[in-house]
Amino acid sequence: MLIQEEKQVRLPRIVMPFAVIGNYGLYMLTDLGRMGIYLILSLIGIFKQPFRFRELLKQLHFIGTGSVAVIFFTALSSGLVLGLQGYYSLSKFGAEGMLGSAVSLTLIMELGPVLTALMVTGRAGSAMCAEIGIMRISEQIDALECMAVDPFRYLISPKFLAAIISVPLLTAMFDVVGIFGGYLAGVKLMGVNSGAFFSGMEQSVTNHDINLGIIKSFVFALLLVWICTGRGYFVQEIRGAGFGAESVSKVTTQAVVISSISVLIFDYLLTAILL
Amino acid sequence: MNQTKAAVETEPVVRFRGVTKSFAGPKGRNVVLDNVSFDVPRGKTTVIAGGSGQGKSVTLKLILGLMAPDSGQILVDGQDVTRLRSSALRMMRTKFGVLFQGAALFDSLTVFENVALPLRERLRLDADEIEKRVMATLDQLELVGHEGKFPAQLSGGMKKRVGLARALQLDPEIVLFDEPTTGLDPVMTSDIYDLFSRTQDRIGFTSIIVSHDIPKVFELADQIVLLNNGEIDVFASPEDIQQSTKPHIREFVEKTMVNCDEFS
Repeated sequence: MLIQEEKQVRLPRIVMPFAVIGNYGLYMLTDLGRMGIYLILSLIGIFKQPFRFRELLKQLHFIGTGSVAVIFFTALSSGLVLGLQGYYSLSKFGAEGMLGSAVSLTLIMELGPVLTALMVTGRAGSAMCAEIGIMRISEQIDALECMAVDPFRYLISPKFLAAIISVPLLTAMFDVVGIFGGYLAGVKLMGVNSGAFFSGMEQSVTNHDINLGIIKSFVFALLLVWICTGRGYFVQEIRGAGFGAESVSKVTTQAVVISSISVLIFDYLLTAILL
Repeated sequence: MNQTKAAVETEPVVRFRGVTKSFAGPKGRNVVLDNVSFDVPRGKTTVIAGGSGQGKSVTLKLILGLMAPDSGQILVDGQDVTRLRSSALRMMRTKFGVLFQGAALFDSLTVFENVALPLRERLRLDADEIEKRVMATLDQLELVGHEGKFPAQLSGGMKKRVGLARALQLDPEIVLFDEPTTGLDPVMTSDIYDLFSRTQDRIGFTSIIVSHDIPKVFELADQIVLLNNGEIDVFASPEDIQQSTKPHIREFVEKTMVNCDEFS
């Protein structure tokens, strides 16, 4: 039975843009509220018993171990480029000895956390979104609820915990490999003094800089796992996503885009607040 | 005390009271249930029938609290599902076993792990007890030998049987079947219904079946609920449907049942 109700009310053409913006604003608020509740339930689920240790290991393997290769090559190439570019820039001022300091600070405070989060989003975040989206449309999540099994504790929270553990560790690995890349480019290729490279690094990098990188990596881990799994979980609620397999593919793309943009925005905000 | 117990046992297990449910669509709101009221008698089989998009699966989701109605009450054993908090709703759901349309098996788990899941997560039994119970159920459903397979390696009929095995693991009081035979050949359909009858005789649950498979499914029915354009008609038997004079019921009978010998 189709009831055509509010649609019958014709708005003057001049107010239509406001109606569209208002409608979209309401949708965004609803979506934000839904995602907020989702985040709280996912975090609570981490502490619920029984703890799913095997699932946590599986997710650690998937998000963490599975991302090692991609993080290694991204870090190495970033470090090599930073070494070359840094040498080129610093040599103009005769400050090649500062290369170690420039490479390490850039990697530890900025590139390490950001690129690690972007790589994990692309590799594991998209897969988590698609997995949960498919489970939603094939009623597997409904089945869990019907068995009175909390889908957050069973399915979502292990992914949250695994991301929160893995991403900072991957970031630390990124920093080390990146600095090694900078060392290769600066010292071995361009001939910067090895002692100057490392002493510059030792003198300029403080605990505060390392803490900033660690805080960023925790926040980015939370952001990426929240957005990617949340989009999958609400695949049927997302406006314009369509239905079935098409909705999962659209929502997965959307999750990666939103997650990546959020990482970049939060990178600026955290730098501005904590630097 | 005994009178109270007897009253509970004869009371309908599920009651819809003035339930309305609609969905937003591009051309307005699509009302799938409009002020609907009916009872599901305890220990009996209720079949919910109707055309596509008439709200059959929505009705099941409303009973389980997976969806909220726009208005009205849905009572399960006297508890209003629409007012339950999430923890109470979770407890209420332990009364149910559900066989989903696509079986909703977990792709990453084997047949054994799928069937064992409710035992592991709800009852937290030890491994030996779980294995004993799961293998007994798989034996009853003729699935022994397939316990190590993943859902992707199973036929449609086997998936349904695994779904049924999982739905029955916690000895539910009420079992909901959402299109249990969709996509199955006639032989497999017959097998599923035989299995259903045997299991219900043995366990004695209340069942609610949503199905297109008319008139086969009506052979099992103690009560039939026909959904049509948001409204419902409740019948005690298939014969009552055939005797109805309402135009949309006559149309339904003509389209689905007139030429069926099983139904005379």
